Amino acid sequence: MAISRDTVDYLGKLSRIALSPEELDKFSPQLDGILRFVEKLKALPVREVPATAHLLKQSAPMREDRARPGFSPDQALQNAPEKEGPFFKVPPVIEAS
Amino acid sequence: MRELTPTIGLEVHVQLNTDSKIFCGCPTRFGAQPNSQVCPVCLGMPGVLPVLNRQVLLLGIRTALGLNCSVRDRAVFHRKNYFYPDLPKGYQISQYDLPLGSNGYVEAEGQRVRVHRVHMEEDAGKLVHKPGEQTSLVDLNRAGVPLLEIVSEPDLRDSARAYAYLKTLKGILQYLGVSDCDMEKGSLRCDANVSVSDDPQKLGTKVEIKNLNSFRAVARALDYEIARQREVIAGGGRVAQETRLWDDAAGVTRGMRSKEFAHDYRYFPEPDLPPVVVESAWVAEIRRTLPELPRQRAERLTALGLSEADAAALTAAQGTADYFEAALKASGKGAAAKPIANWILGDLAREVNARGAADVAALGFGPERLVELITLVDSGKISGKMAKELLVECLKSGISPKALVEKKGLSQVTDKSALTAAAEEVIREQAKAVEDYRGGKETTLMFLVGQLMRKTRGAASPAVAQELLKELLAR
Amino acid sequence: MKLPETIAGFQTAYRQKELTPREAVEGVLKRIEAVEPKVQALLWSDPQRLREAARQLEQGGGPTSATPLWGVPLLIKDNICVEGVPTTCASKILAGFKAPYDATVVARLKRAGALLVGMANMDEFAFGSSCEFSAVKPTRNPWDLQRVPGGSSGGSAAAVAARMIPGALGSDTGGSIRQPAAFCGVAGLKPTYGRVSRYGLVAFASSLDQIGPLTREVGDNARLLQVIAGQDPSDATSSDAPVPDYVKGMGRGIQGLRIGIPKEFFSEGLEAEVRTAVERAVEELKKAGAAVQPVCLPHTEYAIPTYYVLAPAEASSNLARFDGVRYGPRAAADSMEAMYLKSREAGFGPEAKRRIILGTFVLSSGYYDAYYGQALKARTLIKRDFDENWERVDALAVPTTPTAAFRLGEKLDDPLTMYLSDILTISVNLAGVPALSVPCGFTGKGLPIGLQLIAAPFAEETLFRIGGAYQERTDWHQKAAPCGN
Repeated sequence: MAISRDTVDYLGKLSRIALSPEELDKFSPQLDGILRFVEKLKALPVREVPATAHLLKQSAPMREDRARPGFSPDQALQNAPEKEGPFFKVPPVIEAS
Repeated sequence: MRELTPTIGLEVHVQLNTDSKIFCGCPTRFGAQPNSQVCPVCLGMPGVLPVLNRQVLLLGIRTALGLNCSVRDRAVFHRKNYFYPDLPKGYQISQYDLPLGSNGYVEAEGQRVRVHRVHMEEDAGKLVHKPGEQTSLVDLNRAGVPLLEIVSEPDLRDSARAYAYLKTLKGILQYLGVSDCDMEKGSLRCDANVSVSDDPQKLGTKVEIKNLNSFRAVARALDYEIARQREVIAGGGRVAQETRLWDDAAGVTRGMRSKEFAHDYRYFPEPDLPPVVVESAWVAEIRRTLPELPRQRAERLTALGLSEADAAALTAAQGTADYFEAALKASGKGAAAKPIANWILGDLAREVNARGAADVAALGFGPERLVELITLVDSGKISGKMAKELLVECLKSGISPKALVEKKGLSQVTDKSALTAAAEEVIREQAKAVEDYRGGKETTLMFLVGQLMRKTRGAASPAVAQELLKELLAR
Repeated sequence: MKLPETIAGFQTAYRQKELTPREAVEGVLKRIEAVEPKVQALLWSDPQRLREAARQLEQGGGPTSATPLWGVPLLIKDNICVEGVPTTCASKILAGFKAPYDATVVARLKRAGALLVGMANMDEFAFGSSCEFSAVKPTRNPWDLQRVPGGSSGGSAAAVAARMIPGALGSDTGGSIRQPAAFCGVAGLKPTYGRVSRYGLVAFASSLDQIGPLTREVGDNARLLQVIAGQDPSDATSSDAPVPDYVKGMGRGIQGLRIGIPKEFFSEGLEAEVRTAVERAVEELKKAGAAVQPVCLPHTEYAIPTYYVLAPAEASSNLARFDGVRYGPRAAADSMEAMYLKSREAGFGPEAKRRIILGTFVLSSGYYDAYYGQALKARTLIKRDFDENWERVDALAVPTTPTAAFRLGEKLDDPLTMYLSDILTISVNLAGVPALSVPCGFTGKGLPIGLQLIAAPFAEETLFRIGGAYQERTDWHQKAAPCGN
């Protein structure tokens, strides 16, 4: 088995998606199948091969340090599901002390 | 049981003093109205992309060089993935295994503390908790402000060393001009890692301490935590690897409620930012134009005749050193170095502490005024004692020393003829003392000088008073 | 007059003052009214806004050299931000979201005078090859309404095939422009990675995504690319390679052009009718003067596993921003954690969830080296395969898809089956090279078949030359899709 139902459950939490038991039942074998197919990659002799994390050879262009006006709070909040004054409003984070 | 020796490492985050954010053009000014310094990029809107602010890389290189690090030839960014409402994209663009600077060090009051790495990253926004209400408020002005993370090796052994390291680091960063390092404004933050062990070959379990809002808090927290860990072990327990928050009011560290989800940051190379080539010619240019660092500046001051201790004290904070040199320049003579130093390290420093000012430059008593004050004393116009009082008056009123002296008619009286009448009065009033003096008791002269000082309400120049009385009594 | 059916046609009609933008808009709206109920390609369109835009355009004068797309009606895929317009990526998690800014390509189209008619349907967040994973509705293939138009740019391809508009923008990460173009019998280009700005394209896989045009004629494809290509200071991955005159370049013909045929793209999974059509197309190219030779892409079999590690990994990170804090619907919850968990559970469809989980897995501690690290290296080998061929040939000719359009619902049971059908398009994205699909025939059932041309980085000109020459000698691209009639 390339991936277990428990692992899928853990990954759901890690990616903040509350997967239902039905979804866990359905997705686990599907993901397992995909990963077993993907394991083919392990056979490739790539130890000496460099990684390609970026396709373009050019050094990334940069910007000059110049401030320019951006959004007003109204603009920033225009799609917000909940707001209070100029703030985004969210339920409390459960924190220590 | 063998002694439990502490090992301390410090992680410092500084906000760079650029005009705009690291990956977008939003302003970075402190204290703006919430969510008024934001744009689609730093708000993490769908479809946006980061573009690196060149000044951030420049300041990063400058800092790496100032901390004696090797500078990497490419700037490579990684994504650090986690969820928090002040992190708009759900990941922070940071640097992982290829930091900008590595293997550096600082000399902190006699101890060489190694700097493990210096890297660039973006700051998160701010979460404001509303007490009493089941809600939090998010302000993303700070999201995207450029940060440098400076991580020390665990070379520190006690809170005093940690404090010295932080002071030295702050001094260097200010001198480099990369940040104002103001812990109150949040432009400098510190987390500490501390463990204790009785085995020099093995480090103990590491505890991370957060919520340290001043250098003093760092020192106090370290003292507390070291004691706490020692106690735990002495009691037969084991120190848990955890993050603890410093509660400054109560003077204790507290464990956080156990986190439900472990932090697996799943670092991977940031695909939206190809590596930036850091040309060695550019690094050489930055190295060449590095501002003078505290140690070099102190060496220059000792060459002027100041003691090493005084030079170090004057150059610890850039503002103070700048003030000193401005005063020296204004006085026009090198011989003024010692008196200027004495004033700065003595009376002015006292006033800085009493008023809780940031440094000597923040007193509102410019270097030219110090020079004025010293000149008044040198020329004999006022006494040293009067000058000390005058300083306090100047700070209160904001008026320059010269103007205040004129206003109050405070001039020290040096003209013998002006003093003669008062001196003769003293001689008449203190007949017994006069007799004693004439009878051979030399020390009574000082008593009579004191009386003359009292009579003139301190305005008499003590030297002149003494001379005058001697003359009159000799008659 | 009858509405022009190509961008070139619109340009001529306006130049000769045979048409006004308002007339064009009425024509387009009428066409949409006639076919949209059956094809279901659109997610959003606002006739009033469109009429107003046309009116304003007319008031500003006529077309100039600075506005080559003046009055040309186009569709935008729903994952490309258009300011003030619902840009939802066909996902529930962006329901109600109005983009607060224009994507760079949209700004360029607007500056060129184009009329943006609406937003085209797609698979949610571009995860899919059939448009069946749209959270709103599936789009139907205008050649057979019981079949898929392909995906994820299914709405764009179907709308162009149904002649609602002469051109549309799509996005391609693993074949999402080319495959629906093939299924719908239109021309679709995935430009070189970095040719077109991604600023404003809601990211799926940042190192693979590109925006590209879908049109019926290759010349129109070149006209659209001309406007949207070029470096963008807002996109650090956009290239500073100069943008040539693509339309002019087409006139050169293909005499002496060297075309390679990689055998790895003609394996057993290829349907017989597709193989035959593509072989015939290659013969046609030979007749036009091209020299054809066999070539190799030895690491082709590793393309799908490499892609299905890299793409979901980047996607899992790119989709972390959809958390209900600043935009999108939010589930009721007492704590922040619960809000994240519930909002994302409710907002993402099954394919999105699968890819996020898969992506999170391959990046997670302990698995990174074996999966993601390994895939980055495999990518190097796949790219090298292409690099080595450009010394010998100017382009490759292969089928776009192993089969013609499949039926709705046919591939929904097993995601892996769906993934495997990407075999012919995926390695192109991994290598970052440009590729153009043009129609090259029909199956016995009347379904379009696509010929895929692949060229070296920044050699889109070559693709247009070959595609253009092919379209001069064939008329597949001129056949009209029945749209259910």
